[in-house]
Amino acid sequence: MKKIYLDYAATTPLDPEVIKAINLGMKKYFGNPSSIHSFGQEARKVLENSRKIVASYLNSESDEVIFTSGGSESDNLATSGLIEALPKSNYLPHIITSEFEHHAVLDTVHELVKNGQAEATFIKPTTNGLITPESIKTAIKKNTALVSIIYVNNEIGTVQPIREIGKLIEAENKNRPKDQRIYFHTDAVQAVEFFKLDVHYLHVDLLTFTAHKIYGPKGTGVLFVKRGTPIKRQIIGGAQEYRKRAGTENVIGALGLSRALERIIEDKADKRPGRQNKSFPELSETKEARRLQTLRDYLIDEILKKVPRSRLNGDRFRRSPANANISFENAEGESILLNLDLLGIAASSGSACTSGSLLPSHVLLSIGLPPEIAHGSIRFTIGRQTTATDIDYLIEVLPKIVSKVRKMSPFNEN
Amino acid sequence: MIYSKEVMRHFKSPKNLGEIKKPDGVGTVGNPRCGDVMKLYIQVEVRDNLGKKEEYVKDIKFQTLGCGAAIACSSMTTELVKGKSLTEALKISNKKITAALGELPPAKYHCSILSEEAIKEAIKDYLNKKNAKN
Repeated sequence: MKKIYLDYAATTPLDPEVIKAINLGMKKYFGNPSSIHSFGQEARKVLENSRKIVASYLNSESDEVIFTSGGSESDNLATSGLIEALPKSNYLPHIITSEFEHHAVLDTVHELVKNGQAEATFIKPTTNGLITPESIKTAIKKNTALVSIIYVNNEIGTVQPIREIGKLIEAENKNRPKDQRIYFHTDAVQAVEFFKLDVHYLHVDLLTFTAHKIYGPKGTGVLFVKRGTPIKRQIIGGAQEYRKRAGTENVIGALGLSRALERIIEDKADKRPGRQNKSFPELSETKEARRLQTLRDYLIDEILKKVPRSRLNGDRFRRSPANANISFENAEGESILLNLDLLGIAASSGSACTSGSLLPSHVLLSIGLPPEIAHGSIRFTIGRQTTATDIDYLIEVLPKIVSKVRKMSPFNEN
Repeated sequence: MIYSKEVMRHFKSPKNLGEIKKPDGVGTVGNPRCGDVMKLYIQVEVRDNLGKKEEYVKDIKFQTLGCGAAIACSSMTTELVKGKSLTEALKISNKKITAALGELPPAKYHCSILSEEAIKEAIKDYLNKKNAKN
């Protein structure tokens, strides 16, 4: 049976070039970068070269790049780390975030509130899954210290106007004393490959991403920390990573991450000029982005056409080229997933049954989906190995699966 | 696969799927908001058991909106109940259903509880209707 992987937002297969680099690195660079001997210094060179590649990708300085164990750690460090590093003041710092952040941000903010370390406003996205800069602006208070907004939503793929939000925070900061400024973090885990990550363009102070969503290894991530941004390290020990993250550096992980970025840079170098979409300037018009966008649109159009009572979740236009999230009325998500898996197709679902609780995805609820519809939602995320033939196969089998599942339901209308 | 072979066997080819047109009892449990709804239909027959009249589940069918475990539990429940006396059917517990399926992931125990509730509801519905007639 042919296997078709449509779950690239969960994780990606390793790029063959990344595997090559890691294999070589594992043999050659075992030294501890903190050691002064040649073994250590060779490993140090590899680590710092990787950092340079990341910095150039972000258009930042090398010392603004902190290697972590992944997206969750970076998100935790950005939120807790910032709040805990703020100068002591008379008021409780205020955090603005959204209802549909990744749990690594959302739960950390809840934790900070619970511990009495901060207060928070959770912005509700629009029904098409967008956060407006105005909604951020109105939420800003005198004690606001951190705004954290996800760049590309991991479930519904909608793209937030990070640059506009960054600019409005910058403008707001001009009227504030330095010790009362607002810092801006974005979780860019799902944005790296297809969206602008230049931190000056985005006007962010903190930015999170991870290697395993871009064909790199699991267990390595990055937090960009703009110079001058207060951060209290969450992993305590040695002086590594500019005293922002202790622990012997994961040299091989950093090498794999930077090699994965280089592969994306190669694709970006291949872009044809003049295709930049003015109304969606964050999108990098690379060959791969265009290819996936075409496949994604085909997938969405065909499924909505062939499956009655189905709907697309998230804005049709401002969404990742890799994401299609579709709800099927009167069909439970996990049942659809199991049936797909039996035919070799891998996807994921927003149903409660896949999360271990009775509540469906907080992202789908935040955009106003009734729980009974959210339970019947499937996320298809495509990537480098996805072909038109794969999508054709999905389009052929999915309508049958949904109709089979619906026939089993007590609400079946036939 | 997150499920045992037995769960997948029932998921792939569920037993007694569908509805009984004129059922003697119906039990519907769960809520679409929680993602699982089970509906069991039973047909009851009175048999002579050594001079004593006893009620048996002659036929049973189910319809379920829910995850793999919910469908497998429904299917297994119909198998366990079919042909049993009402007294025996009422004794079928969620543990028995789970055991018959080999195993269930802990997050899915509630599905077997729903199945136990569904058969109890269906029998209760039958008894209520019977009492209303008398």
